[in-house]
Amino acid sequence: MIVKLLSGDQPRSVLLTLLLLVTLVCLAGAPFLFDGVRALDTAARICIFIVLAASYDLLLGYGGIVSFAHTMFFGLGAYGVALASSHMGRGFDALLVGSVSGTVAAIILALLIGLFSLRVRAIFFAMITLAVASALAVLVSQFSGLTGGEDGLTYKIPRALTSANRMGEFMGTQISGKILNYYLVFTAALILFLLLLRIVNSPFGRVLQAIRENDFRAEAIGYRVIWYRTMATCLSAAVAALAGSLFAIWLRYVGPDTTLSFEIMLDILLMVVIGGMGTMYGAVIGATLFILAQTYLQNLMGSASEATSALPLVPDLLNPDRWLMWLGVLFILSVYFFPTGIVGRLRERRAS
Amino acid sequence: MSEPILSLRGLHTDIAQYHILQGVDLEVPRGQVTMLLGRNGVGKTTTLKSIMGQWSAKSGQILYDGQDITRLPVSARARAGIGFVPEDMGIFRDLTVEENMVLGCTTGPLDPARKDWLLSAFPALGTFWHSEAGNLSGGQKQMLSIARAMVEERKLYLIDEPTKGLAPAIVSTMAQALRELKAQGASILLVEQNFSVARALGDSAAVMDDGRVIWTGEMAELAANKDLQERLMGLSMETH
Amino acid sequence: MTLAPDHKPTFANLSLTDRLGKAMPVILVPILIVLGFVAIGAPSSWLTLTVSGLAMGMMIFIMASGLTLVFGLMDVINFGHGAFISVGAFVGVSVLIALGDWTGAASLLLNMAAILLAVVAAMAVTGALGWGFERVIVKPVYGAHLKQILVTVGGLIVIEQLIYVIWGPDEIFINRPEMLKGAVTFAGAAMEKYRLLAVGIGLVLFIAMRMVLRRTKIGLIVRAGVENGPMVEALGYRLRIVFVGVFIAGSALAGLGGVMWGLYQEVITAGMGEEMMVLVFIVAIIGGLGSVEGAFIGALLVGLLQNYVAFLEPKLALVSNIALMTTILMWRPQGMLPVVKAK
Repeated sequence: MIVKLLSGDQPRSVLLTLLLLVTLVCLAGAPFLFDGVRALDTAARICIFIVLAASYDLLLGYGGIVSFAHTMFFGLGAYGVALASSHMGRGFDALLVGSVSGTVAAIILALLIGLFSLRVRAIFFAMITLAVASALAVLVSQFSGLTGGEDGLTYKIPRALTSANRMGEFMGTQISGKILNYYLVFTAALILFLLLLRIVNSPFGRVLQAIRENDFRAEAIGYRVIWYRTMATCLSAAVAALAGSLFAIWLRYVGPDTTLSFEIMLDILLMVVIGGMGTMYGAVIGATLFILAQTYLQNLMGSASEATSALPLVPDLLNPDRWLMWLGVLFILSVYFFPTGIVGRLRERRAS
Repeated sequence: MSEPILSLRGLHTDIAQYHILQGVDLEVPRGQVTMLLGRNGVGKTTTLKSIMGQWSAKSGQILYDGQDITRLPVSARARAGIGFVPEDMGIFRDLTVEENMVLGCTTGPLDPARKDWLLSAFPALGTFWHSEAGNLSGGQKQMLSIARAMVEERKLYLIDEPTKGLAPAIVSTMAQALRELKAQGASILLVEQNFSVARALGDSAAVMDDGRVIWTGEMAELAANKDLQERLMGLSMETH
Repeated sequence: MTLAPDHKPTFANLSLTDRLGKAMPVILVPILIVLGFVAIGAPSSWLTLTVSGLAMGMMIFIMASGLTLVFGLMDVINFGHGAFISVGAFVGVSVLIALGDWTGAASLLLNMAAILLAVVAAMAVTGALGWGFERVIVKPVYGAHLKQILVTVGGLIVIEQLIYVIWGPDEIFINRPEMLKGAVTFAGAAMEKYRLLAVGIGLVLFIAMRMVLRRTKIGLIVRAGVENGPMVEALGYRLRIVFVGVFIAGSALAGLGGVMWGLYQEVITAGMGEEMMVLVFIVAIIGGLGSVEGAFIGALLVGLLQNYVAFLEPKLALVSNIALMTTILMWRPQGMLPVVKAK
């Protein structure tokens, strides 16, 4: 049963299995295990970014394609929900319409970009996605009448999903709509993740990996390389858009900084590379560690910076605002020294 | 007799997962034209590229002019005096004939005497001196490739199938140029499928099969012995 | 000796369409300028926009030239190139601020001397930085595009963050030197002096670059290396050294572009290089990766189009470049002047 759910792709490492189980249990029981709004918010972000990173892994790890437009697809899903909720009023129908239209828009855009840039050289894709994504980000901030510009959009979601909806107490925890909302996010994320696992373990996923290893040969054997790569792009875009919709439902707010910024794109890259490219489980580990670090480590940096304030330059380097710099260093080092990421390392240990 | 200009000892080269050269032993005597013969796909081109360093040898030794060059980078081998005319000619198509020739000179400017000699050997190059090399015909490109290798004096020339697909008139031009080159004292290792060229130019010969040299001897001996040709190359060279 | 029939030159047979195809990209620039004239209507506005479009194009070209050559030579795609733009701008602007007396003086000589010093400092720093970047970041990942992209993006982040550490988190405003403020009026059109200077510098640089590439031995090696690196090595040249040289020169040019862009915008931010990379990539792609001439034409097209569209419909300026890229890639999937690699 479990093997089937995982599409036959088991973690293949005891430690990894344990880590995944702990993550699953913590996320599944988050409202009851941890106190406070911040913890629940962190758990929801982890769920969403696991899906986002996993959908990126489909492209980067399995397809060997670097895209800088993943946040664009994420944003399309988020803005879909936001726009629908703003214009149709609060309601589940708005959430559905928003998610579906955001996803469809993401698929169409991915199809166009894929057909254009993958036709010639895979390397064009990285450059073109960067250009298109930044153009879209500029458009979003310029058409502020529609999108709220830099301020973003705040909107209402169905009452049933907000903390105003009180449904009694369970195990000493007040059950509110917020918790219902969390379980919506959690369940959707779990389903999407299992779906991605299924995709990469399907014949489609195997061809994709064959193309990554040697596209020339795959083409010679008779696989339409462009078609497979474009399909992977569309699938990954669709899932990213759905993750965006979930994010919009959870936050009740979308803005360029939270969904479209290049910084989030870097976050996703880091999650996938540090977790382990081409493993899916790497996305789980990477996203979880990253969000936890982002939430709690930055405080640590702040205190370290203060503690060293007497020294020259050091406090500036340890300033929480320089968080990104250390990520960059970590990123370079992991690409050099741990190209298989945490999951790859754990599996190697077992193999040796 | 002096030591050979080039000797290969037990050379193994892999290309991707394929084991192409499986222990090549070969000697190229000084001042001679050595023909490297054999059927298609037995490793002749790979042998030349391994000597040049474009494929790195997995094991074995390449001794050139008394020096072990097995691990030297490509450019160092070239500067040590090895000229290379690859099978695909390696012409820079966006550059003019002149620019191609200038690039052939690694130690200084184009020597006028050398240029005159090459242009008398290959008059077509003079005609199109300022034209882009990409616009030359196949034969002219081949001449350019050889002329570029010869524009500076080199001790050893590695030439891969210079007459492939060329009209007979050009083939004889080419052969004449190689003869003159040899007369200047250069050593040549020549891969050639055209038998009449091989017989006319070759002093000695080495025949390859399955990534090894299976026969070495005088070219005249091989040319005279049809049975030997059949046995070594699966076909008589006369019919080729 | 007789000439065999094979000796007939083939280029005499180039058809008209072939010749037109080769020249077409060059013709696109005047075509766009004419179209701009038709769409804008007012000659004076059109002239102003054309000058600023050309100025912008020249600056983008300066930034893009190194990137495209580096790719052509060693198949290395450097996403960190934008970092050199930012660093160049910060170094150059710091020098200009330090030389406030010179830039504030109403003397063209002193103003230009200040700019020259700023440019030299910026290029020296970014050139050195490029050298280090090549050794530390790029060299270990030759031949692996995926890793190249990831690692150079990492390098971009780190350098950008270091700018924050050194120069602080805020944007820096910069006044143009005294004599470069304001505009000259010609035929009723106001043309900013600084933009005219930028056009001049860009043109000189492009011509110089062409001269180096066409008339010097090192230029020949670079051009030959873009086409067929292994053969250049087989002739006895150490391509790797040439490549490092091109990388350093390209980084220094990005630094120069950064200073010029900073003075053009009159404000600099650490993220400016990253933002410019979008245009730089578009230019490199539509020009044909590896082609300096292609990048030049592409940069002019991008600069002009962006200025014309910004005048006609401001919100569509950046999108217009995406549309331009799409159109050109539909016409020529490898870019306008594709570099034909051997095999």
